[in-house]
Amino acid sequence: MATALAASRRRRRATAITHAILILGVILFALPLWIVLMGSTHDAATIGRGEVPLLPGAHAVENYAAAWTEGAARTTGVPVALMMWNSFVMAVLIAVGKIAISLLSAYAVVFFRFPFRMAAFWAIFITLMLPVEVRIFPTFKVVSDLGMVDTYAGLIVPLVASATATLLFRQFFLTIPDEFVEAAKIDGAGPLRFFWDVVLPLSRTNMAALFVILFVYGWNQYLWPLLVTTSTEVETVVIGIVKMIGSESNTDWNIVMATAVLALLPPVAVVLLMQRWFVKGLTDTEK
Amino acid sequence: MKRVIFRGQALPLLLLAPQLAVTFVFFFWPAGQAIWFSFLRQDAFGIRTQFVGFENFAELFADPLYIATIWNTVVFSVSVTALSMGVALLLAVLADRQIRGAQAYRTLLIWPYAVAPALAAVLWIFMFHPTIGLFGRMLNAAGVAWDYRLNGGQAMLVVILASAWKQVSYNFIFFLAGLQSIPRSVLEAASIDGARPARRFWTIVFPLLSPTTFFLLVVNLTYAFFDTFGIIDALTRGGPAKATETLIYRAYIDGRVNLDLGSSSAQSVVLMLAVIALTAIQFRFIERRVHY
Amino acid sequence: MARLRIENVRKSFGATQVLHGIDLSVEDGEMIVIVGASGCGKSTLLRIVAGLEAPTSGAVLIDGRDVTALEPPDRDVAMVFQNYALYPHMSVFENMAYGLRIRRLPKEEIRRRVGETAELLGISSLLDRRPRQLSGGQRQRVAMGRAIVREPKLFLFDEPLSNLDAKLRVQMRAEIRRLQKRLGVTSLFVTHDQTEAMTLGDRLVVMHQGHAAQVATPMEVWSRPADTYVGGFIGSPAMNLLEARLAEGGAAAALKAGPVLRFADGPRPGPAGRPILIGIRPEHVRRDGMAGLELALDLAEPLGSETVLHGRLPGGEALTAKLAGFPQGTSGSIRIALPPEEWHVFDAETGRRLDPL
Repeated sequence: MATALAASRRRRRATAITHAILILGVILFALPLWIVLMGSTHDAATIGRGEVPLLPGAHAVENYAAAWTEGAARTTGVPVALMMWNSFVMAVLIAVGKIAISLLSAYAVVFFRFPFRMAAFWAIFITLMLPVEVRIFPTFKVVSDLGMVDTYAGLIVPLVASATATLLFRQFFLTIPDEFVEAAKIDGAGPLRFFWDVVLPLSRTNMAALFVILFVYGWNQYLWPLLVTTSTEVETVVIGIVKMIGSESNTDWNIVMATAVLALLPPVAVVLLMQRWFVKGLTDTEK
Repeated sequence: MKRVIFRGQALPLLLLAPQLAVTFVFFFWPAGQAIWFSFLRQDAFGIRTQFVGFENFAELFADPLYIATIWNTVVFSVSVTALSMGVALLLAVLADRQIRGAQAYRTLLIWPYAVAPALAAVLWIFMFHPTIGLFGRMLNAAGVAWDYRLNGGQAMLVVILASAWKQVSYNFIFFLAGLQSIPRSVLEAASIDGARPARRFWTIVFPLLSPTTFFLLVVNLTYAFFDTFGIIDALTRGGPAKATETLIYRAYIDGRVNLDLGSSSAQSVVLMLAVIALTAIQFRFIERRVHY
Repeated sequence: MARLRIENVRKSFGATQVLHGIDLSVEDGEMIVIVGASGCGKSTLLRIVAGLEAPTSGAVLIDGRDVTALEPPDRDVAMVFQNYALYPHMSVFENMAYGLRIRRLPKEEIRRRVGETAELLGISSLLDRRPRQLSGGQRQRVAMGRAIVREPKLFLFDEPLSNLDAKLRVQMRAEIRRLQKRLGVTSLFVTHDQTEAMTLGDRLVVMHQGHAAQVATPMEVWSRPADTYVGGFIGSPAMNLLEARLAEGGAAAALKAGPVLRFADGPRPGPAGRPILIGIRPEHVRRDGMAGLELALDLAEPLGSETVLHGRLPGGEALTAKLAGFPQGTSGSIRIALPPEEWHVFDAETGRRLDPL
């Protein structure tokens, strides 16, 4: 009896240590966010003095309102609302575009036989080895030759090819039993009808998972928007906030903090709300 | 490979067209150009261009600043990878235990995945800025001359911390999935065989996790090479005195600011080779890991 | 080799109690089979003995030493898992040597012991293979080898045969019994299979809903089941349980089906009319020319050497009979006898066995 208690006491202590380390980890990860969240509710002077408030202040509404409608007046002066909209358009269109064209390519590669099928597959596959960073300027030149600088098209189109998404859909399509295709043929359904009636509905979970990953990918782009946007009209919020910081002396830190919170919100919300799909999708894509 | 397929040749090509068009126009053509430009040199006014063979490369590797940049990149990438994978593995092992609130911990640890690298840098400014950052002020108050804007070593430290911070959740997700795929009974068998927790971890868990670890190693190195551009640009702009300049940052500066097309292209080619090497290693390994 | 004592072990997971105070003494070298339907708590009990679970209360003693608070590595027990739980990244040799290396045995000693054990199990040629290169039966042997090579105080088997096909299962069953006898290691064997239980155990623990319904030798469990659950669980087809009431001052049973029959072994306690259940195994039902009870048949299952008949007695109760050969005239109805000397009498309310006064 006493020894059973000793055993359970020891297990309880191990559990307590586990909790302690995990809580420490959670705090370590949340601390930067907490500082920014609290800072965004104080006025510029408080932050400028370096008081680093860890509790909420009284200026939340005015800071967020100012950021939303005017942005950082002393540096860039672009309203965060506009930048958020640009980021949103970019993220959604990149995610939808990548999913759409990858679905189509994977469908063609898996369900048809045609000349250069493998060549096409490898062409898509090899783009894995050519991240935008290694072909920055030539790609920029193509975009500017096509007159797409400072346009949504310039921001989005060069990024919508996706080897990862194509590979994932290909992998998934290979698991669709042959009998489905046979049944469709017997029922007289053509390839497009089969795609629409069978393949698309079956792919819903994969599409949802990819959407989360690609939305975050699109929202978080930095180098490419930095290159192809010079006009504030198409500036994304991730670029905008870095520009806001500009020179030290005239930075509206409270506005920067409010903007940071706003810029974080959409991708974090998407990931947390769709956590289950996202985790599954992430671990599946990389197989 | 599917046995049952649809007939037709025009339709599949049509379906592939959008993907292939983007791939050729924005991937292959520019990549080819980068390779071609790396053998050319423009004069100062951008009027005349001549073929110079490997001269751009030779010049690059003769430049002590470029060698220093390579060294920076190595230190930075290895540190980010080791730090973010180490912390992620520790947290994943703990979160994998059957404890109350395990799901809550998981949720609270994965959100940084969604934070843009550049935004992570902004968050870390408020941690380590010498006058408005929480820890920056503490350090200075404690008598440490802390200013990452002036001290190269400190700048590197902050850039590494911010980069690792952002990447931990990604690694955490994969380590946790890897841990959950290890049958509980195998660990119980080891325990009954006499292995205590530390021994179980090193002789059973860690070897069985090695496919995940290896995969993450490649992914993290790639992340540290390329995706951290935003963090460096927002925090230090490669400074002070190029102390945090990585290969990708230098390629950007040479092309964008210095307008040195030849050298920038040569650097792109070097980076391309790095990616190809990383990918090749990964694929060799994927073939091998089918074994268990 | 050791003696094992389990004292009043209870276990709850949250609000659900899965073990309600189990007591058990296992003699040195004895093979105890814990048998029961899934969810009866048998695996939990085994895991408590292994140290993989901590009991909510109670104690586990090995050779008189209280090990309740010890972790599995400190208990010197070995276990064979249902899915074998071999280390996938190690060769067969390394799998078997793992526990010995942890105990820092000299290399030569490890090599010798693994070699001998592999010889014993006929897996010497597999020592360099990885588990994934082995068949189910071979994995099973390796799992056994990993346990044997340790020379532990106690063997624990957690349904080790349930992943094998039927033929291999019978073969391994015999082999396990031979090995256990030869090595003389005290063993606990968990299974849901009554044939395994009957053939393997020196004694059985029949578990039901977290209680040990009966602890006895296989023959005793079969011939004197402690309650209706044990009676129904051991034996195939399952024992018939017929409703009846005490009559003639406890000396006879008035069956719901009609007849009043005297007990062969003496009167049972209790007032007249006390509800009881008469248990009779299908193989003890006899055919009876004219005088017997009428059994209206609805299904005959010929098994070759015998035939299982399913039918209904006059009161509407179902009865299963197992008769030798393929009896003629097994359509419509037959007349049967329920010989009282083969009866098991149970209290209808508690289900406990009622023995004669």
